[in-house]
Amino acid sequence: MDPTKTTVIELRDAIASKKVSAIEAARAYLDRINKYNPGFNAFREVTADYAMNRAKAVDEGKVSGKLAGVPIAIKDCMCHVEGTTACSSKMLEHYRSPFTATAIQRLEDQGAVILGKTNMDEFAMGSSTENSAFGVTRNPWDTTRVPGGSSGGASCALAADLAAATLGSDTGGSIRQPASITGIVGFKPTYGRISRWGLVAFASSLDQIGTFSHNVADTALLCQVMFGKDKLDSTSADLDVPADLHNVDGPIHTDGPLRIGIARQYLQEGVNDPAVTAAFQQALDVFKASGAKIVEVDLPHTEHGIPCYYIVATAECSSNLARYDGVHFGHRTSTPTPPGENAIHHLYCQSRAEGFGAEVKRRIVLGTYALSSGYDEKYYDLALRTRRLIAGDFDTAFKNCDAILCPTTTGPAFKIGEKSDDPLAMYMNDIYTVTANLAGIPGISIPGGFAQVDGKTLPVGVQLLGKAFDEERLLRIARLHERETGHGHVRPILK
Amino acid sequence: MPHPITQQTVREVARLARLNVTDAEASLFASQLGDVLGAIDQLKKLDVESVKPMPHALDQVNVFRVDQEARGMPVDAALMNAPDKDEPFFKVPKVLGDGGGA
Repeated sequence: MDPTKTTVIELRDAIASKKVSAIEAARAYLDRINKYNPGFNAFREVTADYAMNRAKAVDEGKVSGKLAGVPIAIKDCMCHVEGTTACSSKMLEHYRSPFTATAIQRLEDQGAVILGKTNMDEFAMGSSTENSAFGVTRNPWDTTRVPGGSSGGASCALAADLAAATLGSDTGGSIRQPASITGIVGFKPTYGRISRWGLVAFASSLDQIGTFSHNVADTALLCQVMFGKDKLDSTSADLDVPADLHNVDGPIHTDGPLRIGIARQYLQEGVNDPAVTAAFQQALDVFKASGAKIVEVDLPHTEHGIPCYYIVATAECSSNLARYDGVHFGHRTSTPTPPGENAIHHLYCQSRAEGFGAEVKRRIVLGTYALSSGYDEKYYDLALRTRRLIAGDFDTAFKNCDAILCPTTTGPAFKIGEKSDDPLAMYMNDIYTVTANLAGIPGISIPGGFAQVDGKTLPVGVQLLGKAFDEERLLRIARLHERETGHGHVRPILK
Repeated sequence: MPHPITQQTVREVARLARLNVTDAEASLFASQLGDVLGAIDQLKKLDVESVKPMPHALDQVNVFRVDQEARGMPVDAALMNAPDKDEPFFKVPKVLGDGGGA
């Protein structure tokens, strides 16, 4: 068997039954990374020796578990004691974490083999991975297009079979949007389900670790391993992890027929690409055919999601990124203090000017503006009140449905460079994803079919949103779609 | 609706954020942030007078741990990424006196 043409569960089982060794699996992925990564730039760093040693430990029986021998790649904003954790920023280019993120630790405790760090928009700020200080990542379906962002290296690595699964983080859609436009499954669980300990903070009230995988069953298995209270993150939810979470073919428990909500706010005329509309319609037909009841729900504050999000996220980012001061860790300027200037002030200001890229600076300035005296009520407070209205929309909607079906993105992958000079156009990419982060609810993007653009076949996804902490049901509903449509089996042909 | 943000405002805010910006950045950010704030102005039409702010996804208040001694990060681990150090301290330029300047 070719270990790079499998799923997490298939590979785990093949290793357990000695059809393939963990070393062979790791070697196969590392060879593939050597061959394809120069073209895609999916990985910011590959920790090959570490991966081979871990695989050896699995083969020697020193490490076992639910993911024994499965090669997994990590977004560059999750701390790991091996290698560097750079957030794809010059600021942290040489940063070596003294600790490992809980999510990664839980994967390793179950025998996962960590391959390295995937490229991302600097500090997770972006929707295209063009904001990395280490170059753009390319979409494996068409290398002139973006893989989405901010977890674009992770989506590319998974779509191109450079890892069996990858971890991302989703603050406003940074897992779901890249999954949608690279043709894979991307899941953002409920806020608090996976510990944020060791996840470099961007916007702490919105950030959530999640997964990229080839199917819903793999997603569920990874979540089963990573979910659960962590005493190192006080915002992690103190709730039991459903014992049957991994059983995605299990019954969808509902009172009466399954109710799928649809909202007109996601389906406005002229906004969505025809392929996105077709994917949505097919999903609707599949749910109807399986006996689900389609319910119209109203999410009237959806249009305010983007402005609300960009105030909340930038305000939190300006505060979180204050820690990069050139003193404790990260880049420090070597330029001398200009005459008459305070030395420590110069060290702060110039280290940050040199270490951060344009989008990060833009967001720090916007966030500081929104929090500054005289503007905080006008912007930050107003955004927080709007956030409650958006969360309230979902509360009302979920009284009448079990999940909401909507597009993940308005269209397939866009061209590299197409939106990079226009922050506002780039921000609008997140129109269908940010509200889930504001409300804290789980969302999953699953393959929905393909668009034909300029002679290229480009994937599009559909999104399902669920109630807070209702992941078991949400994943089973997503699995129903996957089973009935058969989407998600086509992988890009790489050159 | 465009929103007037001057280069001077960008410089003042950047200074609050301890961030040096070049003239080119101040000019670019002023126009881009003007566009973004213009788009954000749509929130002003909402009536939120009676809506409680929602700073967090979870309705969580303070979380306390038991007041018990526990091992923190060892000093060498805390210092391992320091740009400059004089163990067990982080080293910074002179802050007071001559170095202070202001």
